[in-house]
Amino acid sequence: MTVFQHILIVLGVLFVLLTIAAGLIWVERRLLALWQDRLGPNRAGPLGIFIVVADTLKLFFKEDWIPPFADKWVFVAAPAIVVASVLMSFVIIPFSPVIVIADLNVGLLFFLAMSSLGVYSIVLGGWASNNKYSLLGALRGASQMMAYEVFMGLSLMGVVMLTGSFNLQDIVAAQRSMWFIVYQPLGFILFFIAGVAETHRLPFDIPEAESELIAGYHAEYSGMKFGMFFIGEYLGITLISAMTVTMFFGGWLGPGFLPPWFWFGGKTAIFIGLFILLRASLPRPRYDQLIGFGWKLLLPLVLANLLVTGAVALLLKK
Amino acid sequence: MSTLFYLSSLVAIVATLMVITRYHPIHALLYLVVSFLAVAMIFLSLGAPFVAVLEVIIYAGAIMVLFIFVVMMLNLDKDTALQEKQWLRPRVWVGPALLTLVLLLEIGVLLVRGDLPALQLAVVTPRQVALSLYGEYLIAVELAGFLLMAGIVGAAHIGKHKKESLHRFLREETDAHEASAGDAREVHTGDGEGIPEKERKTWQL
Repeated sequence: MTVFQHILIVLGVLFVLLTIAAGLIWVERRLLALWQDRLGPNRAGPLGIFIVVADTLKLFFKEDWIPPFADKWVFVAAPAIVVASVLMSFVIIPFSPVIVIADLNVGLLFFLAMSSLGVYSIVLGGWASNNKYSLLGALRGASQMMAYEVFMGLSLMGVVMLTGSFNLQDIVAAQRSMWFIVYQPLGFILFFIAGVAETHRLPFDIPEAESELIAGYHAEYSGMKFGMFFIGEYLGITLISAMTVTMFFGGWLGPGFLPPWFWFGGKTAIFIGLFILLRASLPRPRYDQLIGFGWKLLLPLVLANLLVTGAVALLLKK
Repeated sequence: MSTLFYLSSLVAIVATLMVITRYHPIHALLYLVVSFLAVAMIFLSLGAPFVAVLEVIIYAGAIMVLFIFVVMMLNLDKDTALQEKQWLRPRVWVGPALLTLVLLLEIGVLLVRGDLPALQLAVVTPRQVALSLYGEYLIAVELAGFLLMAGIVGAAHIGKHKKESLHRFLREETDAHEASAGDAREVHTGDGEGIPEKERKTWQL
């Protein structure tokens, strides 16, 4: 692969991701409306799709205000961190056998590292705003993401055991005969729950919880800085969906009559839909319930899953 | 690779200097995060990707978040910065700085003489790390596990406390529960104590 091709792939992936993140504004509102028996945005353009343009323009032209009581530099850095860390995670995702930006041999760990850096955006955003509600949101976000990061890593280790590699291309190739969802159903469920918590989407949007904390950690943000949190959230959904597909649903594998990237995109779209369905149907748990659920139920389950997987793998090897 | 090594070393040194000289604790901690990321880059450029990623996950992603978490709750403001300014007078740092200068000169001499071994660029895979951890160094790993377990048990013990005052709604729930269990221990709340029985019942509805 030449340098030029590499740059082309990087730009292509970036373009597609940003388009998806913006397009999700429309998709989410239409799907939510569908499940809640209303119409949703349907005026601007065919099926209301120009709501994306309208929303983006609105965000760009809002006054970009930094509160005088805020810690200016940290306040500005926080929204950039969320987008940067999520976009960096996409570096290791194999979109097809050839479309992958960096084929790292510690790819999976790199994903976990980047998602653990994403916590800073919430913590710093909440703290720098110098606002009580924001600080509460930041505290909640920090403890939630710290807790669910642990299960997220451990729930993927079953797949690593079956493959014997952290490389995502190897993991996809190992699913040629059978998808890992069959061997690791518990691992999939735990990873998906952890993924929802990690992107702090409803039902786990405890850090922003608009009914109790106004908007939590981004209450003081406006204009495109708020837009970055917004886009970061949609990118996060796309990332977790793409990771789920790669780890448990065979990645780009699929019948040969269509190109691999099509299968990858299609499967990812289904999981993005699942994220939105979760938002439409589940209520938000209380903060202590969420943390208790994590440490008291998910951690033992994840460890049991790891133990059984290890034991069976060892047994079959002999 | 060696250019990357020297570049990230430079970032690490500058970031660590900033950690020491910042007056605001959160800013200092942010520079410390940058320093950890730079150290991870150093590991990566020396061919240890596994350690590099663990450095990011554990130090930058977990431990530093906890540090910031705690400092955030302390609500430190200008007073702390002032105090820090007083503590960082030249009288305090000039002694250690002179001693470190000697070490720096020694490094300079070593680098100029140039009889240092070249950078070893052997890639250590995660598999090799795992095999040596669970083979050669098994005892050390288990001992570290014991130590962490002791820490967790201690934290759980300190963190666990029985609620002494309950909200009146919860109190009635507890009362009913304890009465059914045959235990008539009373829970004092101090809240809603003077309210007639009848009124309390309506609130419960």
